[in-house]
Amino acid sequence: MITFEYARASDVPEALRLVAGDRAKFIAGGTNLVDLMKVDVERPTKLVDITRLPLSGVDRLQGGGVLVGALVRNSDLANHPLVQERYPVLASAIMAGASGQLRNMASTGGNVLQRTRCPYFYDTATPCNKRVPGTGCSAIDGFNRNNGILGTSASCIATHPSDMCVALAMLGAIVHVSSLSGDRQIPMADFHRLPGDTPNRDTNLESGEIITAVELPAVGYAANYTYLKIRDRMSYAFALVSVAAGLIVEGGVIKDARLALGGVAHKPWRNPAAEVALRGQPANTATFSGAADLLLRDAKGYGHNTFKIDLARRCISRALTQAARGTPQSQSNKKIL
Amino acid sequence: MTTFIGAATSRIDGVAKVTGAAKYSAEYNVPGLAYGSIVTSTIAKGHVTRIDSSAARRVSGVYDVLTHDHRPSMASTDKAYKDEVAPTTGSPYRPLYDNEIKFSGQPIALVVAETSEIARYAASLVEVEYKPEPHVTDIHQERKSAIPVETPSSPFDAHFTPPKMRGNPDEALEQAQVLHVGEYFVPIEHHNPMELFAATVLYDQGGKLIVYDKTQGVQNVQRYVCSVLEMKPEDVRVISPFVGGAFGVGLRPQFEVVLASLAARALSRPVRVVLTRPQMYALGYRPAAIQKVSIGANRDGSLNAITHSAITATSQYEQYFRQETGWSGLLYKSANAGYEHRLAQLDLPTSCDMRSPSAPTAIFSLESAMDELAIELKMDPIALRLRCYSDRDQNNNLPFSSKALRECYQKGAEAFGWSKRNPQPRSMRDGGDLVGWGMATGIWEALQVPITVRIVLNANGTAEIACATSDIGTGTYTIIAQVGADTLGLPLENVKVRLGDSTLPQSPVEGGSWIATSVSNGVVTTSRAISDQLLLLAKTMPGSPLARLGPNDVVLANRRLQSKADATRSVSISDVMRSGGMNQIVQEKTTNPSEDTSRAHNTHSAVFAEVKVDEQLGVIRVTRVVSAVAVGRVLNKKTAHSQIMGSVVWGIGMALQEETVIDHKLGRIMNANIAEYHVPVNADIHDINVIFVDEVDNSNPLGVKGLGEIGIVGVAPAIANAVYHATGKRVRNLPITLDKVIA
Repeated sequence: MITFEYARASDVPEALRLVAGDRAKFIAGGTNLVDLMKVDVERPTKLVDITRLPLSGVDRLQGGGVLVGALVRNSDLANHPLVQERYPVLASAIMAGASGQLRNMASTGGNVLQRTRCPYFYDTATPCNKRVPGTGCSAIDGFNRNNGILGTSASCIATHPSDMCVALAMLGAIVHVSSLSGDRQIPMADFHRLPGDTPNRDTNLESGEIITAVELPAVGYAANYTYLKIRDRMSYAFALVSVAAGLIVEGGVIKDARLALGGVAHKPWRNPAAEVALRGQPANTATFSGAADLLLRDAKGYGHNTFKIDLARRCISRALTQAARGTPQSQSNKKIL
Repeated sequence: MTTFIGAATSRIDGVAKVTGAAKYSAEYNVPGLAYGSIVTSTIAKGHVTRIDSSAARRVSGVYDVLTHDHRPSMASTDKAYKDEVAPTTGSPYRPLYDNEIKFSGQPIALVVAETSEIARYAASLVEVEYKPEPHVTDIHQERKSAIPVETPSSPFDAHFTPPKMRGNPDEALEQAQVLHVGEYFVPIEHHNPMELFAATVLYDQGGKLIVYDKTQGVQNVQRYVCSVLEMKPEDVRVISPFVGGAFGVGLRPQFEVVLASLAARALSRPVRVVLTRPQMYALGYRPAAIQKVSIGANRDGSLNAITHSAITATSQYEQYFRQETGWSGLLYKSANAGYEHRLAQLDLPTSCDMRSPSAPTAIFSLESAMDELAIELKMDPIALRLRCYSDRDQNNNLPFSSKALRECYQKGAEAFGWSKRNPQPRSMRDGGDLVGWGMATGIWEALQVPITVRIVLNANGTAEIACATSDIGTGTYTIIAQVGADTLGLPLENVKVRLGDSTLPQSPVEGGSWIATSVSNGVVTTSRAISDQLLLLAKTMPGSPLARLGPNDVVLANRRLQSKADATRSVSISDVMRSGGMNQIVQEKTTNPSEDTSRAHNTHSAVFAEVKVDEQLGVIRVTRVVSAVAVGRVLNKKTAHSQIMGSVVWGIGMALQEETVIDHKLGRIMNANIAEYHVPVNADIHDINVIFVDEVDNSNPLGVKGLGEIGIVGVAPAIANAVYHATGKRVRNLPITLDKVIA
């Protein structure tokens, strides 16, 4: 870890002024940033503490949505009555991730901004295009059990590790961003990037911008949803594959569908074509398999992780079954429903 | 009197541990303490051609940067680096000795600074250039070039080399009515103790060192530091009263103690070195093992022949191996048996002992093979094992000192409900889950080693028992106090125990499940000497009620020396000592276990596991485990239960999760942290039922066998067999991850 300057901001404009400069970073819960600093992957020369910013509200919006402040802790968000009632898929996804201690520290904005995961990214002794552009990708021919199968590139096959973001992607959340030159809103689908030739960039957030809130749209799919996370142990492990699913079903027919995958790509993976294909179809196994096939049509395995293609197909089918039946996956009882 | 021996007793050091009063090696603070941070190699093989530490040295607060060409002098012979449990063959790794790189993660520099943060930052500034050479880290790649383990050159080695072939196994296999041949694989696993390896080395004006080190053997470390740094024995004292788990990786002296000692001498000041979690992966590991088991059976389940061949991993510079193959012909009756053990030499650190060295891997192979054989024979797995039950150690043609394995099968099966098992795979269900029931046998050794115990008995009725052995978290302090309280006739709280200091009476390293047996019987021996001395004094008391009694006629009980035959004839310990004008009685005795070559000494277990497997997704949950163990007399039912339960948890990890992953192109471990190297979390663990089967053994006065290791043996195959029963899928390579189930 290198030595760094520390500054504390009391409001958003002050935070934005303090963070000006190349190697300055915001810190909220620090659950990802501090880890990366310890292993010398992140080397900020200045940290701007934003935990005193007034961004901890969970408020109803006109039009039916909910605005979640960037500093709302993951535990608080998962346990908020509004979220539990209207967006249970988000509560479930948060509870599927990390540990109690980490969820108590981690913020909403920080969760969205956590770096993608790959063993080579974390080990400064190995080549990694994300850490040091141009050095090559060690994972493509190396150990890649937890790496991506969708949207990968010759430069990088890392995966986004967040569970919360998978639910946000499924819900079609909108990220609210501020900078000294104004505010803007970025749909979740456009917030994270695919690696392409610039895997060093995980998101489309520009330097000098801060996340102030995440907006949840009016429709929460609270009746028919699930968050199904499959991993190598029952808790405290990253997803091999996870699925957030939301359906609106009437008389056995799917009226609307939302589907996002975690653990398979550089960003929470959502493909509207699969959702379109589900609409108007009977809620049955054949329909679900069709959607899974469509979602995974372009999937590519890299050896250790090739099994994830078949696993993802099975998970999608199972998750849609859970959602359609109204029997969402429990995150406390680990038996899969 | 046995008031305390056997009773479920809470750890006497428990309060100290949970309140932080118990100090570990990285917790001894002294003024002027400097902190070392280790720079490690990023290549697996080759040489360091240049180390530039100038940027590190420029950081304010950095005292020095030690490297192979800038360090105090060290011994130059292999012998100096051979510790008590080093492999016989090979040249031990010498930390910071020269510029040769033998494995990725090897220490190549130590930055010493005013704070650990400064040291760590400065360590990141050390620039290293290498001349790499081609490396090999994949055991599969080396299977053809693996070398046979050498003919034993010492009794120590003979214990680990394959037993002699008996009969004509190859011919017998050919003639077998039913033949099962299977190849099994267990990957490299790491110990991952909770406590990081650390050494705090204090330096006094005269150059003497007091070394607080995380180790399973303070005297082993003391001798090693003396020989490596060419110091006199009286100038080095090693202390390690508490160890936060070690599981075998603390048996050999590790590099933290060498680096911290070198730095303390270089700077003439106290120095602490704490390893990072990734650096812990360079200390040693359970060797990966490729094993082939062939069993020739008759239709009735009796065995004609059994052969076991193994290839296990070691380094290029030392040949580490344990008894990998002999278990097969030891556990089951077979007139013909053959063994072969070869070593794959890899560009990795030397492999090392890890909880029940060799048995968990060997028994995974054997007991998976036995399950497969039972299926081919259409026999119940327990019935098959009873059919080829062996009352003798056929490898050495000896009877067992005791073997209550039949009772383990019976009690375990009863508690598990085995009789309700439908033998047909995929026949049992619980909703969408396939249910599987599997079982396996476990076996380990019951060893006793020479040990010395000192007891100081005070006239006020308190005593201190001292021995250099470590308590690695197993409860050694507590069982010593229990045995001491009973044999000295004192309340438990009157007995203090001192351990883990090289200046205390002799003990070998704590490993092999031998310390509980050795030290508890050592306490019996020394207590007996105390009793004898008290009797001599008591006889001289005016009108002594014990005047005509001999040493075997008296016993210490209720703070009194009393006649065994007539408890009313007694004198209080305090009165005896005051009458003799003594405030203290000190006895120090060495207990040399009689070399009992007429019998084999082993512990046994029967492990039963229930798994529930999601049919579509392959997710496995181990919902129930019953472990019935035969370990002679149990000294403390509470700590013993914890030992076995912890072993079962580890066995679940071995079966389903544990695997050290190496990028063979880089020759580097890629999951060297406990986020990605998985061990079980609470959510993975359900019902674990531990049963101690009655077993009387007269190999030592207390009838103890030791149980630190038997608990893990047999767990992984019981689970693998249950997974087969649930799914019809036989997984022969661990860990059984869900992709192997749905493939």
